[in-house]
Amino acid sequence: MVRCRQVRKSFGRLEVLRGIDLVIERGQVVCVVGPSGSGKSTLLRCLNHLEEPQAGRIYVDDELIGYEERGGRLRPLPDARLRRQRESIGMVFQRFHLFPHRTALENVMEGLVAVKGVRAGEARRRAGELLDRVGLADRAHHYPAQLSGGQQQRVAIARSLAMSPKLMLFDEPTSALDPELVGEVLEVMKDLAASGMTMIVVTHEMGFAREVGDHLVFMDDGLILEEGPPREVLAAPAHERTRAFLSKVL
Amino acid sequence: MDRTADEGVRAADPAPAGLDTPQTNRISHPVRPGRWLAAGAVALVLVWLGWSVAVNPNLHWDIVVDYQFDRVILDGLWVTIQLTVASMLIGVVLGVVVALMQISDSRILRTGATAYVWFFRGTPLLVQLIFWFNIALIFPEIGLGVPFGGPKLVTWETNALVTGFVAALLGLSINEGAYMSEIVRAGLRAVDPGQQEAAAALGMSRAKIMRRVVLPQAMRIIVPPTGNQFISMLKTTSLVSVIAGADLLTVAQRLYLTNFEVIALLIVASIWYLVLTTVASVGQYFLERRFSRGFGTTVPGTLRERIGRNLRFVGSAR
Repeated sequence: MVRCRQVRKSFGRLEVLRGIDLVIERGQVVCVVGPSGSGKSTLLRCLNHLEEPQAGRIYVDDELIGYEERGGRLRPLPDARLRRQRESIGMVFQRFHLFPHRTALENVMEGLVAVKGVRAGEARRRAGELLDRVGLADRAHHYPAQLSGGQQQRVAIARSLAMSPKLMLFDEPTSALDPELVGEVLEVMKDLAASGMTMIVVTHEMGFAREVGDHLVFMDDGLILEEGPPREVLAAPAHERTRAFLSKVL
Repeated sequence: MDRTADEGVRAADPAPAGLDTPQTNRISHPVRPGRWLAAGAVALVLVWLGWSVAVNPNLHWDIVVDYQFDRVILDGLWVTIQLTVASMLIGVVLGVVVALMQISDSRILRTGATAYVWFFRGTPLLVQLIFWFNIALIFPEIGLGVPFGGPKLVTWETNALVTGFVAALLGLSINEGAYMSEIVRAGLRAVDPGQQEAAAALGMSRAKIMRRVVLPQAMRIIVPPTGNQFISMLKTTSLVSVIAGADLLTVAQRLYLTNFEVIALLIVASIWYLVLTTVASVGQYFLERRFSRGFGTTVPGTLRERIGRNLRFVGSAR
């Protein structure tokens, strides 16, 4: 469902991605791990074109992301079509990025109303259902500042789900949370995985990777060093760097 | 912890039995004679000032009363309100446009915006007003047609077009736009870039991101200084008296030039300015409360403090 071919990205002189090849099947939960600065988040941000890769191709459902190919050359996709691609790819951020001037319910409604053009009443009903699904029906009218970090992240997940995405990207969704709040977010993500959603999760939660992940990708210095079934990679890493990293986080 | 806290307070009487839990500590504040003395002195000065103003025969309070609701004064008051509201509206629109130009990717747009702000903030408003009033000396005719000296479809005599009121409006609003653009820009910059990313990831267009996500949050930063600009503008409009803007001060001056009641008419005008700024301060208070929704912050200060702060004539002589 997702195919990356030789994706490269640099910021100025700094090469962050140095040729990423990755294939992800529909319904898979892929966990991306690795030391900070290894390019995990950048890869994720390239997948919905928040960052423009300088080389390589990314396809989601056989559709080239962010560009169109005409006469053998790539041109940036017109804004409207890029927006449609982003609409179908949900993204959850480390720092939630909820809209602080809107209540939890309004946050979930926002995409439905502003992007999908759903009528307010209908959007309210659907947003209510999604909040219920992440266990926050009773917090619908709270502003983000009145919610705990874990609750905010669950609202953010509901906000993404409202767009009915075919793929969900999670950029270190629990890294900004107090330890006792991590569980509730992982629980929501586990439910989502069980429902068959295709998910790519950049994370340091090895327990989640082992329990929920179908595939584990270890990145280091802009490259995928090794990948495979999480239990195998975690139990017997092939590379010295992977071993060194895992010994620090486990 | 409790011990140090107790030592910090000079208890006047020993704590009675049963008051050993922190919640029931009764704290008696020490007497501060210096503060009482200062307060007494200030009160005395205030009473004395009030008395000397009230009984001073040179102030002609009877004339003040006569003119407070005079038809001519009320007309001037109305012009002042119109000028303030219209200049602020145009100024805010200009400010938003120029601020968006300043953060745009186009170098030409950015340069144009910077030049505008540089010019209109770098020259005194008073000079700009006189320039606008005398614009006919530079452009005797204004026309619609092909630029760079091409044929014109219609032309107007500049002097007929740019009356005192129009010159005042142009001067005030274009000057205000320069100041507002800086306020708007600061507001836009204060919004977390993550907000734009989150909105973009939902599939929102740039225009919608600006309108639905960034601007509403920037408003929280933009509204308080804009309120100050509005209140400042109420007083700044008095500058247009130099170009016969027919505002409150202009008509007061016209009246005292004929009846020589200079002080009385200035008091009449001042009372109206105070009324306007007070009413505007109340409005500002409620507006700020509206825009701080969801930030768990309350507007600093009470309504009365706010009015007091705005009545200081800060920034009116920029």
